Amino acid sequence: MSPLLQGLMTILIGVGGCVGYFYASNLILDKVIFPASGPKAGRNINRANAIRPWLFLLPAVLALGLYLVYPVIGSFYRSLFNRDGTEFIWFGNYITMFGDAEFRTSLVNNFLWVLVVPAAATFFGLLIAQLTDRLSWGNIAKSLIFMPMAISFVGASLIWRMVYANNPDIGVINALRVFFGADPVDLLQVAFWNNFFLMVILIWIQTGFAMVILSAALRGIPEETVEAAIIDGANPFQIFFKIKVPQIMGTIVVVWTTITILVLKVFDIVYTMTLGNFGTQILPSYMMSYMFRDDGRATAVAFVIMIIVLPVMVWNIIQARKEMR
Amino acid sequence: MSGVTLNNVIKRYGNVQVVHGIDLQIDDGEFCVFVGPSGCGKSTLLRMVAGLEETTEGQINIGPRDVTHMDPAQRGVAMVFQTYALYPHMTVEQNMGFGLKMNGHPSREIQEKVREASSILKLDDYLDRKPKALSGGQRQRVAIGRAIVRGPEVFLFDEPLSNLDAELRVEMRVEIARLHNEIGATMIYVTHDQVEAMTLADKIVVLRSGRIEQVGAPMDLYRDPDNKFVAGFIGSPAMNFLDGQVAGGAVTVPGLDQTVQMNLTLPANETRVSLGLRPEHLEIIPGETHQVELTEALGGVSYAYLVASTGERLIVEERGDQRSKIGDTVGLQFDPARAMLFDTESEARIR
Repeated sequence: MSPLLQGLMTILIGVGGCVGYFYASNLILDKVIFPASGPKAGRNINRANAIRPWLFLLPAVLALGLYLVYPVIGSFYRSLFNRDGTEFIWFGNYITMFGDAEFRTSLVNNFLWVLVVPAAATFFGLLIAQLTDRLSWGNIAKSLIFMPMAISFVGASLIWRMVYANNPDIGVINALRVFFGADPVDLLQVAFWNNFFLMVILIWIQTGFAMVILSAALRGIPEETVEAAIIDGANPFQIFFKIKVPQIMGTIVVVWTTITILVLKVFDIVYTMTLGNFGTQILPSYMMSYMFRDDGRATAVAFVIMIIVLPVMVWNIIQARKEMR
Repeated sequence: MSGVTLNNVIKRYGNVQVVHGIDLQIDDGEFCVFVGPSGCGKSTLLRMVAGLEETTEGQINIGPRDVTHMDPAQRGVAMVFQTYALYPHMTVEQNMGFGLKMNGHPSREIQEKVREASSILKLDDYLDRKPKALSGGQRQRVAIGRAIVRGPEVFLFDEPLSNLDAELRVEMRVEIARLHNEIGATMIYVTHDQVEAMTLADKIVVLRSGRIEQVGAPMDLYRDPDNKFVAGFIGSPAMNFLDGQVAGGAVTVPGLDQTVQMNLTLPANETRVSLGLRPEHLEIIPGETHQVELTEALGGVSYAYLVASTGERLIVEERGDQRSKIGDTVGLQFDPARAMLFDTESEARIR
């Protein structure tokens, strides 16, 4: 069978299955289990309506349970075993992990990433959204800035490898250094600062995301409040910081936390650029490097990442729900 | 305190001219209302006085100062918007004090002035609330308070009551009138509602497509309109217009089935004219000329909607105990001295 036909079949079975499930399950509920007739018709209708939401939720609950809840619990359980899964070693993996200097480096680096990347991406996104708001070529500028969003992290890393390349004939930065009479350096080996060079890549990608969301939020601010502030004598900076930013604070927080969660998941950039060498290791890439070797440490790292992400995620969801109200 | 003078003020957007050379003198302490149908340029004109729209040509003076190219904040104006335009993230107190804060006044003084304004507007209990916890009327009071606190020379109102329901609108209208008496500052007020214009204004400016049609005190415009547009716009229900023709020193009006003798210099015979009659100047008498199509009884008065044999429609005000019913066949009488005559071509009043 041709792949096209297979795809079509899959879609048909999938969509048909969904429709069939909802139709059949409701039919059974209304006709067989709690029929809306006979002496208990009223009570049966109420009961059926109480159960109906769960019918709709069931597929999602099952899928999330299977692919989200079970792996979380399963990972935690496995993180308490040795590599082969034969010996229960309590928190042995966690203890060796915290004893590893590389883990501690990656924890510190990860906090740096979480502090810098969301802040910078949100800041630049807001700045660009505001600056391009009234320009005739603003939309072109925004499209250009949004474009990196379409590039995979690995692709973006490859581009920036070129930018950072040691050879001044390839790397822009070293070309500039040579032009101004300095010697080329391998930027990815400059201790401590190389972390920031890697962060630049993610900021470059995520600024577009922040810009698009914040630009829409800025457009949503009632023009009259800005005009009222102009008449009240506020200068452009005061209008921006005292009138506009507070009105879109909810959106800023959502963008910020969304990027924060992303930062805690991205391993591709570090993996592609430095493989975690030269003191640039972060938790996700540290996990990757232990996934196929050594002890059962990777699941422990995964669990630590999850614990760090969780509060940010909860906050994000609360803020997003507030926004929607 | 000072008046506002507009001198040949023109506004163009690209090649489109929307305000065509407006000359206007608003005296110190006067309540001036710009009124006209939507799109007549009244809001644009107000925003030009505020400085939110640039003035393409001409000059705007506030008192002796030429403010044509000044920043809005330096003009000494405060504006109240239709949508209130309150800062949603600030409390009522912060909203009202924002203007003074931006101009670097000490916080003691700001607090004093805010308290003063809030007591005038009965907002004392709401100072710590955010705008979203206020009703529409309260929000508009805060917006007015924000204007008062700045102590401007000129208050600008851009359709401030349009977002309120009918009952609140009347209440706020009275409140704005009271405020004007209390403060005595110059106020410019934009509305499309001629009732607001009539009740609030010392001086009404009737605008149509970027031109002034007539300026005057409310009752002057009502009694003595310069043209058909003003006559039709001022007064509610609107003036009735009937087609007629000048013939032998009188006006033949088929819609009334009579020839009206008018005490004024008539144009040449055969000139097509419009006869204007206000609903309250018409009286229903027994007769065969008009059919009652609909009646609206408001209590003290009723409005009878009549159709003439020509198909023209008229509204007649009725008072007293005898009122007409739907389907009645009636006649009309009026005092010819109350009737107004307009040239059909130019719409100008024939006096």
